Amino acid sequence: MMKRLLTLVITLMLAGPVFAQSGPLRLTITDGVIEPITFAVPSFEAETPAAQQAAADISRLVVQDLAGTGLFREVPATAFISQVSSFVQPVAFADWRAINAQALIVGAVNVNGNQLSVKFRLYDVFSGQELGQGLQFAGTADGWRRMGHKVADAVYSRITGEGGYFDSRVVFVSETGPKDARQKRLGIMDFDGSNVQFLTDSSSIVLAPRFSPNGDRVLYTSFESGFPRINVLNVANVGRQQLQTAPGEMAFSPRFSRDGRQVIYSLSNGGNTDIYRTDLGTGQHVRLTSAPSIETAPSLSPDGSQIVFESDRSGSQQLYIMSANGGEARRISFGEGRYGTPVWSPRGDLVAFTKQNAGRFHIGVMRLDGSEERLLTSSFLDEGPTWAPNGRVIMFSRETQGAAGTSSMYSVDISGRNLKAVPLQGGASDPSWGPLQP
Amino acid sequence: MTVFKKAAVLLLVVATAACTNPDRFGGGADGSAGGANGAGLGAGAGAAGSASDPASPLFFNQTIGDRVLFAVDTSTITPEGQTILDGQAQWLLTNADYRAVIEGHADEQGTREYNLALGQRRANAVREYLVSRGVPSTRLQVTSFGKERPIAVCSEESCYAQNRRAVTVLSFSAVTS
Repeated sequence: MMKRLLTLVITLMLAGPVFAQSGPLRLTITDGVIEPITFAVPSFEAETPAAQQAAADISRLVVQDLAGTGLFREVPATAFISQVSSFVQPVAFADWRAINAQALIVGAVNVNGNQLSVKFRLYDVFSGQELGQGLQFAGTADGWRRMGHKVADAVYSRITGEGGYFDSRVVFVSETGPKDARQKRLGIMDFDGSNVQFLTDSSSIVLAPRFSPNGDRVLYTSFESGFPRINVLNVANVGRQQLQTAPGEMAFSPRFSRDGRQVIYSLSNGGNTDIYRTDLGTGQHVRLTSAPSIETAPSLSPDGSQIVFESDRSGSQQLYIMSANGGEARRISFGEGRYGTPVWSPRGDLVAFTKQNAGRFHIGVMRLDGSEERLLTSSFLDEGPTWAPNGRVIMFSRETQGAAGTSSMYSVDISGRNLKAVPLQGGASDPSWGPLQP
Repeated sequence: MTVFKKAAVLLLVVATAACTNPDRFGGGADGSAGGANGAGLGAGAGAAGSASDPASPLFFNQTIGDRVLFAVDTSTITPEGQTILDGQAQWLLTNADYRAVIEGHADEQGTREYNLALGQRRANAVREYLVSRGVPSTRLQVTSFGKERPIAVCSEESCYAQNRRAVTVLSFSAVTS
């Protein structure tokens, strides 16, 4: 029974999240307020002298990941009554209860040459029991951040019952220079803005990169030829080639199918933009829409059977869903204003979008029938949502107003809480969140 | 015919100035953009003859006008635009050695993909108008930069109005084909 105290249930209901109460053992639905789970992370034990730095760094990263979700609150080390000097030492639960730490994470780090391993245990302080079993991750020393993220993912997953998202990467557009001569190139980073690397130079405009489902490739729109064309980039060796699309004057807005073998995208000819699919294996093209209006920003459902896209066939930008093979589409957005850039959630039950209304831009989510629309943000210009692998968090671009306007990336919970900027040097836009890494 | 020689010389200059698209005039001001023109009116074409020479690209860019503007979220050619395009069509018919790429643009108040498609619509409207005035469609190409290359950077209608444009960018067909 006590174990439930440590179980933070995150519902997918837009009606309101759930919080765990300390005190009576029950979960109460509130209107958008979450009482975070309190946790303590005594600095991980360094099993070898060489491991001291890594042990401190990894402990800090685990705290940063968990606290950064807004679902967990750190009990600072200054409040600790007892210390954990050894991974195997019995835990003095009373000392952690006294400072109201609901979860206790203890760990140990071993560095041997270039090899680093980290193990951890998660305790439910109030029940005095271990939650799940101890786990160990091993790799090279320079991969310490990934191992820290893996520990935090495991803790997050055990407490919430959902997948984590810390050990994941985001591909994006790095921006420098003034608004009228902006230089853009593809960048890739850890979800938290660390380990930035560049995948292209900025000799031509690049837009809207999209990860493949397993993260091995990136689709993006390039102006290398002076005309928008879709490139496929191999993340490992940064090799790239142009996608052989159906014939058209411009090709853009690509996304992979869930098996990574097909690409859906927009093609423009004679002022008309429609949605097409190209099979990477056979090279065959299928035209999926054939309206005289603008059809763009297609995104497949997780099961691959349907496509959500935007169209101005009604006279203004709105969201529609059709079969993955084209045909009749049904409109799902009916609120005030314009809707664009729909992205199907990994769980399949929501669509994230950009909404433009009364001079403001919003990132929002709605159900597949357009009900329960919830706007998560509001600013001069927010656009281009992308889902975290677990479908709990959305990252997007925010451009500031005026001649000196710059673009940054932000993340926000699908409940609208925990809005924060991704810390990066320089401008950034068009994030695409990749999968949890193996 | 001396105009064409001058044009050819300029072409070399532009090419050595690291423009990514050396077969175009007017691209030197913005080489990094892969030819997103309209940044700096006629800057790259400054040496292409003089504005008073009716056969010069500079005359096309400045005296006739290389661009037309659009209302919010539309691709309808305005009466002012028609006058400019009539002049462009006449110039292109007279100077048959030139081709053009028509670049459509949008203001920043829209999402990226939609603005690319909207820019294409605008560029195509210009192409269709020029073709209706007798310019062979084989000499015209269209592209769109969406909201990626504004020429006016404020976040007000005075700037947005300048950015909602389609720019006819000349190239010398002896080089391109």
